[in-house]
Amino acid sequence: MSIDVVNITKTYKGFTALDAVNLHIPTGELVALLGPSGSGKTTLLRIIAGLEWPDSGEVRFDGADALNRSVGERNVGFVFQHYALFRHMSVFENVAFGLRVRKGADKLPEAAIRAKVSELLALVQIDWLADRYPAQLSGGQRQRVALARALAISPRILLLDEPFGALDAKVRKELRRWLRQLHEELPVTSVLVTHDQEEALELADRVVVMGKGRIEQIGTPGEVYETPATAFVHDFIGESLSLPADVRGGRLFLGERAIALDSQGASEGPARLLARPHEVDLADPAQAPFFGKVLAVRTFGPIRRADIQIVVPSGHVVVEAAVPFGEGLEIGSQVGLVPRRYRVFGAQA
Amino acid sequence: MSTIHPTALVQPLASDGPPTLAKQARTQNGHRPARTEPAAVRIALTLIALAFLGLFIGLPLLLVFVEAFKRGFAAYVAALSDPDALAAIRLTLLVAAISVTANVIFGLVASWAIAKFEFAGKSLLITLIDLPFSVSPVVAGLIYVLLFGSQGLLAAPLQAWDIKIIFALPGIVLATIFVTFPFVARELIPLMQDQGTAEEEAAISLGASGFSTFFRVTLPNVKWALLYGVLLCNARAMGEFGAVSVVSGHVRGLTNTMPLHIEILYNEYQFGASFAVASLLALLALVTLIAKTILESRLAEEEPR
Repeated sequence: MSIDVVNITKTYKGFTALDAVNLHIPTGELVALLGPSGSGKTTLLRIIAGLEWPDSGEVRFDGADALNRSVGERNVGFVFQHYALFRHMSVFENVAFGLRVRKGADKLPEAAIRAKVSELLALVQIDWLADRYPAQLSGGQRQRVALARALAISPRILLLDEPFGALDAKVRKELRRWLRQLHEELPVTSVLVTHDQEEALELADRVVVMGKGRIEQIGTPGEVYETPATAFVHDFIGESLSLPADVRGGRLFLGERAIALDSQGASEGPARLLARPHEVDLADPAQAPFFGKVLAVRTFGPIRRADIQIVVPSGHVVVEAAVPFGEGLEIGSQVGLVPRRYRVFGAQA
Repeated sequence: MSTIHPTALVQPLASDGPPTLAKQARTQNGHRPARTEPAAVRIALTLIALAFLGLFIGLPLLLVFVEAFKRGFAAYVAALSDPDALAAIRLTLLVAAISVTANVIFGLVASWAIAKFEFAGKSLLITLIDLPFSVSPVVAGLIYVLLFGSQGLLAAPLQAWDIKIIFALPGIVLATIFVTFPFVARELIPLMQDQGTAEEEAAISLGASGFSTFFRVTLPNVKWALLYGVLLCNARAMGEFGAVSVVSGHVRGLTNTMPLHIEILYNEYQFGASFAVASLLALLALVTLIAKTILESRLAEEEPR
């Protein structure tokens, strides 16, 4: 089932949570809504689910208006951030809930409910926990119950709110892969909310990067990392080295000094130059566009980083640069920086 | 910005320091754990507390039963099977049954609304629920007399419809409901607020109606707290004296509840009979106490983890 979000706006007491958001999610795709807290991603998910209503705009499932249907009528599976398992029900009854509350012609006989629940528990690999209560389960197990419960109503759309947020790193990685597999096996369109870029980039077909109630970029994980559309996306996804600059007459300046780098068509006025630390080379300070003083050098695992203080018109900034292992870098010495790949964004981008 | 700063990865190693500090503190304090007093102090404090409890709570309770059985078991039974005593017991049970039912319904509705929804006037409602705690029961009784009494605000329409409230069952029930108003709601509101609305949202997203969400999810989640509130509400309803005294009119065999009956007997120097009826209320208190202890352990299960 495809999802269309058209011009959705939502405000809470003067705070704009969503500002004219448009999004198309094709059938069968797994999309991640990625952004910092307060970016509106959870609000958007809850509006798609029908747990919240927008001030204006439309939500369409397969082209049909969804806003005139209540959450119960939309047939979406929703996995809540803290699982929201029914604490007084066993795992089995939690999963059976969506089948038991059906009325009239949709009502299933007890045997059919049992068969369906057993099948779901097997699918999420926790059939041996059927008689336990939520309080007796680990975080990962609760997550699986929450998923099985959401899948019990045979949803065509699966919505997940920070599904792995409360789990430790190892379990999170495991469940992530498993969720991806599950998505492949089921005929569902999935939308996942996360603030964890690694999760979004690893799991999703497409990533929707959100900031301050707006969509900053929609693209494949490769696209949002390699060609960020805005300075916000560049900053938010992956590591960034950021330097203030000015664009004057189409040329890039650091203070009064012209820099021998392309301004990439950024608008006149203040701008920011952004690069990935591993795409910045160290060089002789006399020949590099940027140079500064080495403040500290750190090594952790295969990565070596240096803090370099660069003098700019407004004072100085400290950037972090990758240091090759062979390179002996002395603290206090001057070093030049040459970005191999970089992006220049005007101040308003 | 969101770039992962390397120091964030180094920090956990640096935090290895504090435990050694804690170890030092322990050795400096000697062998005894820091938060324990010497044995003599502990025993003395415990004895003082027990003596106080025994003197002011245990002894009076014991005396009630001693006085009640002073003139033998036959006199005890006779005092309780007196028609006026039986009428008082019946009335007390009836009033408690009605007011507890009313306050359960009200308490559930109010706490559900307060804990799960946002609406204008919410804080006013919370204040109103607490009002009976801050108003003297006698004043509460007087309010009803001023409203429904023969000189009261609503006297004319009530007389026209021939409805008797003051000096009759309705007045006693109203006064009792007023006094016991907060017990159920006060017990449920904090728990429901702690539990939040996520489970209800999960239920409706799975297709449950509002009605079935309430009965399948909300209510089972607070069942022990509800029972606890009912218990306290009931104890107070049966024991209420002040408010009921003002509106009842003390008509023997008709509008006397147990506490009022006890007072009348006592004032007539029928100490044995008075204490016999009082022993029933004391018994209720004991049963309530035991049930409360059991419920409190169950209640812990409902607290959100």
